[in-house]
Amino acid sequence: MIAVKVDSVKKTFKAEKSVVTALQQINFDVSKGELFGLIGPDGAGKTTLFRILTTLMLADEGTASVDGFDVVRDYKEIRKRVGYMPGRFSLYQDLTVEENLSFFATLFNTSLEENYDLVKAIYQQIEPFKKRRAGALSGGMKQKLALSCALIHRPSVLFLDEPTTGVDAVSRKEFWELLRDLQKHQITIIVSTPYMDEASLCDRVALMQNGKIMEINSPKGITENFKKPLWAVRGENMYQLMQTLQASEAIDSCYPFGQYHHVTFTHAIPDSQAEIELAKIAPVLEVKKIPATIEDCFMELMRQ
Amino acid sequence: MRILRILLEKEFRQIFRDPAILRIIFMMPMIQLLVLPMAADYEIKNVNVAVVDLDHSTYSIQLVNKVKASGYFNLVDYNESFEKSLEYVEHDQADIVLQIPASFEKDLVREDKATLFMALNAINGVKANLGGAYLRSIINDFNREVRLDWVQLPRVNPQPTFQISSINWFNPLMNYKIFMVPGILVVLVTMVGSFLTALNIVKEKEVGTIEQINVTPIHKYQFILGKLIPFWVLGLTTLSIGLTLEWIFYGIVPVGNLSTIYIFAAVYLLGVLGLGLLISTYAQTQQQAMLISFFLIMIFILLGGLYTSIESMPVWAQVFTKFNPVSYFIEVIRMVVLKGSTLYDIRFHLMAAAAFAVVLNSWAIVNYKKRS
Repeated sequence: MIAVKVDSVKKTFKAEKSVVTALQQINFDVSKGELFGLIGPDGAGKTTLFRILTTLMLADEGTASVDGFDVVRDYKEIRKRVGYMPGRFSLYQDLTVEENLSFFATLFNTSLEENYDLVKAIYQQIEPFKKRRAGALSGGMKQKLALSCALIHRPSVLFLDEPTTGVDAVSRKEFWELLRDLQKHQITIIVSTPYMDEASLCDRVALMQNGKIMEINSPKGITENFKKPLWAVRGENMYQLMQTLQASEAIDSCYPFGQYHHVTFTHAIPDSQAEIELAKIAPVLEVKKIPATIEDCFMELMRQ
Repeated sequence: MRILRILLEKEFRQIFRDPAILRIIFMMPMIQLLVLPMAADYEIKNVNVAVVDLDHSTYSIQLVNKVKASGYFNLVDYNESFEKSLEYVEHDQADIVLQIPASFEKDLVREDKATLFMALNAINGVKANLGGAYLRSIINDFNREVRLDWVQLPRVNPQPTFQISSINWFNPLMNYKIFMVPGILVVLVTMVGSFLTALNIVKEKEVGTIEQINVTPIHKYQFILGKLIPFWVLGLTTLSIGLTLEWIFYGIVPVGNLSTIYIFAAVYLLGVLGLGLLISTYAQTQQQAMLISFFLIMIFILLGGLYTSIESMPVWAQVFTKFNPVSYFIEVIRMVVLKGSTLYDIRFHLMAAAAFAVVLNSWAIVNYKKRS
């Protein structure tokens, strides 16, 4: 069953004198109960897409539906059944945790008690602070409160716009575990993130760039599509090494990834020859073959 | 109903948690009503006069003493040079130069006629005008006294004369405070009603909470009512505080019925709240809302008849005042407080206020979009 369907959606913004295309011909489907990731850098159009799907914005062209309801015609139905967590913390900072929750619950004509089983796992973590004002919570706690508020009415589709931006590594990990748990309740989750490492935690991801979807696949499918052998290279002077490699004819691509540079060759060469070939171009300390990550695929797609 | 109740509950919670709003609601009326009326005084006192006395006669000294004794004038200098006195005017130390010519007393006695010269500093038009008028009337008085000194008037005046006596209706002592204070209160109620509403909604836009509200299934009217009702209550609270302060500190008790004021205020506030709502639909940030409000309040006050009477404005400005809700309430509150007007007397004002409420709110509701 399809929970979210996006069909050739286009959106442009007028800025000063130029026209900015935020989304161009976006198509994708998300099935019920799926954890779907929109991966892309800032400005890729993720938030615009979310705002269209949550009925806050109208698309210029194309149609979209959530839970079988059209986002333009049946927006009232959609507002009853989606949960939206904007990228910026948008709850009342001067109300307490408890007051925020009961406020949003009442707006949806429900109560915390009614859906306690759904939010329990998250709410328990912030319950000790329930008398504290939302503005005084830490970043991770704010995210959990926002997620609780987005879930309070048992939505069938949950939209999370960059939920982990600005959250520490431990909280991020916890947050993704919570999302996994939520899937058990048959909630479709669409999550956007600029972090490539989070993509592997989704069922399927769409790689977005400049208002276009470059590829939609499972994280595994995406990395498997990376056909060229990939090498991690380390050298004495990493910056010089990168410049030399990028200038070389024999090297197809070279990007810095933490301690290593990820390198592909223009022509296929036997694995045993790689280190020798690289040594010919520049002095290297270590060369090893590695499987491609989502980020490698993203970089590769961006080049095309 | 449950949704509206939680919206109101949330709004009041936020209001009572915001010390700034409480300060505005309780402190602003106190300060404005207690301090402003002292300053907003029409009477001109302390007009500075420099006298050039070239005569130094008994009469000239008598005249100068009379001017000094009137209580309206400060004698800056008493000298023999017009140039020197004019310097005081140039340095803004004197408002009026009164020159008494050398032959003042001689002419007065011999020719039955003498001339005096008066130069007014017209930079402050009001002061020059009123000061000049006061001085003229003192000189006239002096003139009469001089004539009485000379001729024993017959018991019955041979020539028919008019005698005019006047009585000040509704404000017998011409106490300007009774007139000003209710007007200032109107401006206060307007500010609380419109600008606090506008700032409150724009704040939700700025913080982003309005997005979170917009994705919920609540209706437009619920959201708007949830915003209007609290500020309607606050506006009436400010009015009550203001009326109490007026009674305590100035002893102003409306001649008319208090309920007339409240009924009008209730309708009027709806219009003012609509204005706030309208501002909020156009402004994106609190700063913008603030600047729009600033601009509007200036117009409201200057074209509202608070300080200057509407009847003496040019015709185009009088047309403008018809579109200024504040001018109606200022007129109504003065009518009720001073004259004791009834609901029937203010029926046209009430209709105008209702029209403002309908127009401004409809405009705001049409312009308020839950999505862009």
